Amino acid sequence: MPLHDLLIAPFAEFAFMRRALAGSIALAIAGPPLGVFLILRRMALTGDAMAHAILPGAALGYLAAGLSLGPMTIGGLAAGLIVAVGSGVVARTTILREDASLAAFYLISLALGVTIVSLRGSNIDLLHVLFGSVLALDDATLILLAAIASVTLAALAALYRPLVLETVDASFLASVSKSGGPVQIIFLALVVLNLVGGFHALGTLLAVGMMMLPAASARLITQDMTAMIGVAAAQGILAGYAGLIVSFHAGLPSGPLIILMAGLLYLLALVFGPAGGLLRRFKTGRHLEG
Amino acid sequence: MATARDVITCILVSLTMAGAVPASAQTPAKLPVVATFSILADFARNAGGERIKVVALVGPDGDTHVYQPKPADAKELGAARLIVVNGLGLEGWIDRLIKASGAKAPVIVAAKGINPQKMREEGRIGLDPHAWQSIANAKIYVANIRDGLIATDPEGEAVYRANADNYLGKLDALEAEVKREIAKIPPVRRQIITTHDAFGYFGTAYGFRFIAPEGISTETEASARDVAKIIRQIKAQKIPAVFLENVTDPRLVRSIAAESSATVGGTLYSDALSPPNGPASTYIDMMHNNVRELAAALAN
Repeated sequence: MPLHDLLIAPFAEFAFMRRALAGSIALAIAGPPLGVFLILRRMALTGDAMAHAILPGAALGYLAAGLSLGPMTIGGLAAGLIVAVGSGVVARTTILREDASLAAFYLISLALGVTIVSLRGSNIDLLHVLFGSVLALDDATLILLAAIASVTLAALAALYRPLVLETVDASFLASVSKSGGPVQIIFLALVVLNLVGGFHALGTLLAVGMMMLPAASARLITQDMTAMIGVAAAQGILAGYAGLIVSFHAGLPSGPLIILMAGLLYLLALVFGPAGGLLRRFKTGRHLEG
Repeated sequence: MATARDVITCILVSLTMAGAVPASAQTPAKLPVVATFSILADFARNAGGERIKVVALVGPDGDTHVYQPKPADAKELGAARLIVVNGLGLEGWIDRLIKASGAKAPVIVAAKGINPQKMREEGRIGLDPHAWQSIANAKIYVANIRDGLIATDPEGEAVYRANADNYLGKLDALEAEVKREIAKIPPVRRQIITTHDAFGYFGTAYGFRFIAPEGISTETEASARDVAKIIRQIKAQKIPAVFLENVTDPRLVRSIAAESSATVGGTLYSDALSPPNGPASTYIDMMHNNVRELAAALAN
């Protein structure tokens, strides 16, 4: 098969493929950079917890208005923010640490979400809520994804300094500025916002994969913070493109394939990553001997 | 352990009785029948009439393929005197549920004796369970359910026969009407896209082609290749309409229709009836609704 047919023709021929690609790119531009900060702050599993936490809100929106964009987005955002703030408050006021309270909140949230969806009676819909539909992005959803990406990038640019400082040396930031608290909250709000966007395209279960896998992989490729953000976003875009192409030619479901491609890139980085991959470890060992 | 369960059963039974006393105080107890989903329950209701009380495990608008049984369902099964299932692999969960509930009632396979069709998806071939979509098969379903009722409750034989004959007559009239309506649609336009591959028997019986973006079961997710294939096909064969279904993702159908400029038709009911206030609350209404929607989208 000529290269053009293999790599470009699917997008040239079909609008739904172009839409899916545009949606994936929007998700990949904003999500993985947030993932980089999550990983450097040792909050890698927070994204996963938040992804589950948005389910009951989205489910309530779904219960009220069916599979429609607005109510499900607003519901998901509200539920995510409640869990983020709620677990923060519990961590500061009780004996439970942040991770324990977050785990408790998101598990309650997940169970509540599944229960609410099944109230509607038609249980097939739960699968659509859980897995999203990257092949069925309409104009409104695309605009929402693009808007979320723009807001996230603008906010990251504005908060870049305090965010990096808080990530690498929180006590130093606390000694020179009071911005640590608000920055943390805005950062979590951005994570929730991106997960809600990803949820429309990939579903609650996979949305977090687009955020964390390219970020983890970028961490293995470079030490430099700025480069890491760029590499992460580039890998997200590559995974989105490759996932759609493989889904198109192999006849496999698109959402999971996109995340699998991100996973493949991560495995490659795990072996070959110049900033901490397996191969580099062996090389460094020999170098020290010599 | 047995005592604890007895106590719970007692409480449950008394709770149920408490609600039912005013109605059942004067009339003799009705025969409890459990059907796996709403369409079978409708058949059973028509054959059994006043003598039976039918419960459907999967209610209106529910998807029987991916159903998650609830404890209340096991309770209904345990109390049932007759269990009606579709068969042909539709209810993968029913055997375990019957075993778990300790139900001893006879199980009637409603599709017994129909001529099963195959359906294929991605090279895999399996039996197509949606046999009720042909009215001729629906009549076999009703006869099977009638025989099951008579075997369980011989005293009611005359009533069951009369009810079933009456209903079979209605199904004959329905079939004649469906054929008449479809004859008005030009044969080249008798092909549509729908999200769920549940109309194989309808297609064979009435000369329609139904093309689905998803395969044999609603459990599988559509791939980009499937969607692309369908869009190409709509364009190449000038397929006039795309239909939503009450159990699958409407966003995907809309996206296909938008790209291929086919008409988006109304809702076709295939696996489940609508709630009582909907357009397809009985089997006969469902077939009327489907034919009306097809005719409206394909007429010109």
